Amino acid sequence: MEGSMAIDSEVLVVGGGLAGITAAVAAAREGADVRLVSHKASTLRQASGLIDALGYVPATEPSKPLREGPPTAGRNLDPDEWPDPEGPLADPFEATDRLPEDHPYRLVGADALREGLDLFDDLVGDAYLGGHTDRNALVPTFGGSVKPTARYPASAAAGLASDDRPTLIVGFRSLTEYDARAFADRLSAAGVPFDVAGAEVEFAEAFRADAKTTRLAKALDRDEAIDGTPAREALAKAVGPHLHDVVDDEGGVDRVERVGFPAFLGDDHAAEVRADLADRLGADVFEVPMGPPSLPGLRLEDLLYDALDDAGVRFETGTPAVGYETADGDDRIDHLVMDRKGSAVPYGAEAVVLATGGLVGKGLDSDREGIREPVLDLHVPQPSDRYEWFVDDAFGEQPYARFGVRPDDRLRPLDAAEEVAYDNVRVAGGVVGGADVAREKSASGVSLATGLVAGREAAREVQQ
Amino acid sequence: MTRHTGDDGDEASGTGASERHGDADDGTRSRPGVPALGRDEQPAIFVPDDEEDEAAGGGEATDPRTSADPRTATDQRTATDGGVESATGGSDSAELDPDAYDPIDVFPEGDLDLRDGADSCYKCTSCDTSCPVAEVDDEFPGPKFQGPEQWRLKRKDDHDIDESITSCSNCMRCDDACPSSVPLSQMHNEARGQFVEEQMEKLSLEYVRNRILANYRTSARLASVVPRLSTFAMNFGPARWAMDKVLGIPKEREFPEFATQTFREWWRDRGGAQVENPDKRVAYFHGCYSNYNTPEVGKAMVRVYEHFGYEVMVPPQKCSGTPMFANGMLKDARRHAETNVENLVAAIGDGADVIASCTSCSMSLRQEYPELFDIHGIEDVSDHTFEALEYLRIHEDLDGALAESDGPEDDRELAYHAPCHARNQGLARQAVETFRDVDGVEMEDVGDSCSGISGTYGWKSEKYEKSMQIGEEMFEHMEDAEGEVGMTECPTCAMQMEHGTGYEIEHPLQLLEETVVA
Repeated sequence: MEGSMAIDSEVLVVGGGLAGITAAVAAAREGADVRLVSHKASTLRQASGLIDALGYVPATEPSKPLREGPPTAGRNLDPDEWPDPEGPLADPFEATDRLPEDHPYRLVGADALREGLDLFDDLVGDAYLGGHTDRNALVPTFGGSVKPTARYPASAAAGLASDDRPTLIVGFRSLTEYDARAFADRLSAAGVPFDVAGAEVEFAEAFRADAKTTRLAKALDRDEAIDGTPAREALAKAVGPHLHDVVDDEGGVDRVERVGFPAFLGDDHAAEVRADLADRLGADVFEVPMGPPSLPGLRLEDLLYDALDDAGVRFETGTPAVGYETADGDDRIDHLVMDRKGSAVPYGAEAVVLATGGLVGKGLDSDREGIREPVLDLHVPQPSDRYEWFVDDAFGEQPYARFGVRPDDRLRPLDAAEEVAYDNVRVAGGVVGGADVAREKSASGVSLATGLVAGREAAREVQQ
Repeated sequence: MTRHTGDDGDEASGTGASERHGDADDGTRSRPGVPALGRDEQPAIFVPDDEEDEAAGGGEATDPRTSADPRTATDQRTATDGGVESATGGSDSAELDPDAYDPIDVFPEGDLDLRDGADSCYKCTSCDTSCPVAEVDDEFPGPKFQGPEQWRLKRKDDHDIDESITSCSNCMRCDDACPSSVPLSQMHNEARGQFVEEQMEKLSLEYVRNRILANYRTSARLASVVPRLSTFAMNFGPARWAMDKVLGIPKEREFPEFATQTFREWWRDRGGAQVENPDKRVAYFHGCYSNYNTPEVGKAMVRVYEHFGYEVMVPPQKCSGTPMFANGMLKDARRHAETNVENLVAAIGDGADVIASCTSCSMSLRQEYPELFDIHGIEDVSDHTFEALEYLRIHEDLDGALAESDGPEDDRELAYHAPCHARNQGLARQAVETFRDVDGVEMEDVGDSCSGISGTYGWKSEKYEKSMQIGEEMFEHMEDAEGEVGMTECPTCAMQMEHGTGYEIEHPLQLLEETVVA
């Protein structure tokens, strides 16, 4: 049956992560009619909930040149032959100039990063802190490392590593991925300016051994009775005996002034749960960001989707883009073909923002033959020899980490001849190549900066 | 411009300046995470269908194609189908294609090979995080265990299916959450089917109760003969007490009222379709609930579609299978599916697309059918099925029609809840967006939580309390919303919304009828 193209928008954003949301809101604020589509529930729920901008500048060249020879031979360098990354950086903005030339920050500029962060601050309000300064905050994360980050959730505020108050880190035997004592030891070894102790307490033991963190959060949200005692009271009681566990350098005992918990202190009523616990413990309470499943990530997802709604953006989840059609002699995308449970449905748009993520987010796809961008088949520069995609040092400068679509400074994707592939397409976030976001600690900032520029550019494209 | 509808190899359809790209119909390229069409990257299964039961089930013969399957012949316990066959000569074949199998695919079982799905799981636990049951029931190990982990465990002969599979409510939120396209609900359905088939005591009250709940259509059909008496009798206090004690059907719940005239009776009495249009035809899958309990939804569907010039067909049909999947009653589901597919394929042959007003019915026809059964034409049914509002939004200028209307007679304030199964079809926001700019309508989305009833889950005494705990968030948000009338597409979500708030609940089609047709 013939159908008109009823699912039409001025700007169509593909991807429901931080970059897509930022682009959608930025375009909507320019007056465009925006629709955001994503294949799966937002990847924000897997993210830590921290908003990093730039924590390190890793070296892209080894200390001494690679040996001549077949590709693998020269790359099998001892990890020691690579210089240490520069950082942790105090100021992410001034360091952007030292990044490689094709880094997204170099394309859009440090001002785009600043504006992206401003937009973020505006969307989340007082749920996040850190916007009062250009400088990175240092937030302890669950591995015992300290992460430089530009913004952090209010729930992590009392835990900053720059704070010198004595700290207790609480853990639970049944949360196996999180060992409080080892965590505290690692923080001490990292030279944090405060005394810290770790304690394992009985609380999560009242639940099934591998109860989900969402279950613990829900129990605290609703203050459910745990063996007859309300959950928040039970948790405070379990921690109580450890408030004097911290021993300073002289052997003196300090009452702790702040207590860190794995990030499961409530979901919908998180602030209330923290305040209640702080009240009962007589100490500030903070959350330590964890790996997935991530309550801070889920809370951020809720905040940002509410912001999308407020901005008048239409959005839908569960429809992957599976094809496209071009117009104007192939210079423009006319519409994308979305798969609705087996039916191919065209979604028309005057401009498209592709924010589908990188290799993990599946905005890039790879097999033995190569790496490709699956939605629009955009060009992804890559070495032809697969052995040049990686180096042996797992934590080294991995070429694959920087794979992605290469855009111009207006974030229009370039083809193999370095020409603009489609006039009305912009790319943002992980699908853009040039950044090694895991080593740089720059994933959120890249998404915010490129999302902002791509969204504005797309809206301008419509207005023309 | 030509609209491409998918897998029919319609190469010549690009016209004018347009050119077609993408490889939606190219099965040769591996695209993990971005399925070519649907998330059904796996071959469908044919559930255990051993000899004994079929005669009792209505005398259907065993499918000859499955008997011819070499793997089935050597293994009577379970059978695979080797792919779904297409009625319109699609690309799938009933023959086993050796190239379609990985060389290390050595599991001896003849049942569905979900290894690819299990291997795609990288343990990010997004599914567990999205699970409404795990959030309130710490005895429930979550979708990651029920799916990929259990699937691996049961590769070993001596491993039974863990009983906790019966606590999965089949809301299918995990499908939507998985960034790696692991076919979680398919795995759950398969495991649950196997558990019920092989491990559940068939004389147990739990089995009997579940069978009754799963076969709602059977009860509803009988009840509708004497609707008023049935409504009274089903909710008669002493009877409810006995049902709770003996069968485990919670006395707190109120059975839905039966309509004095079913939708199909109404349809017959009005003389069927009032619009004839060979170019715009739809076959209405009304499902059980719109037929027996809320015929006003079905009537709204017919009036709205006729308003837009569609010829509505109402083919013979049985239960979509949703409550049967959730209770592992796959044989029942298959028996009903055979009738549905046969009649819907015939309608598709007459040029119709299939429209459902219940989002669980459309979910079942679109996703669970091809994932679980091999029935001639089942994939065509899947490809041609849409939810009622979704279809109009794709094919009609609904925004235009709504902009021209004066809105409903009286101003309406509504608290809208998106059912989980709507969410999984990408439809969670469509009602709110459709009515956003309509004069006199204020529709508020009450959030992304699950209503907690999940079909038959909340209809079990041992699950009732959990069901209400899951629903608490939605109840709170409904109370916070301005509107005092609820709105949703799913009949059982509607029951839960009414049960938790006392609100009257409507279907978006009713509001559309009120706004556009009246």
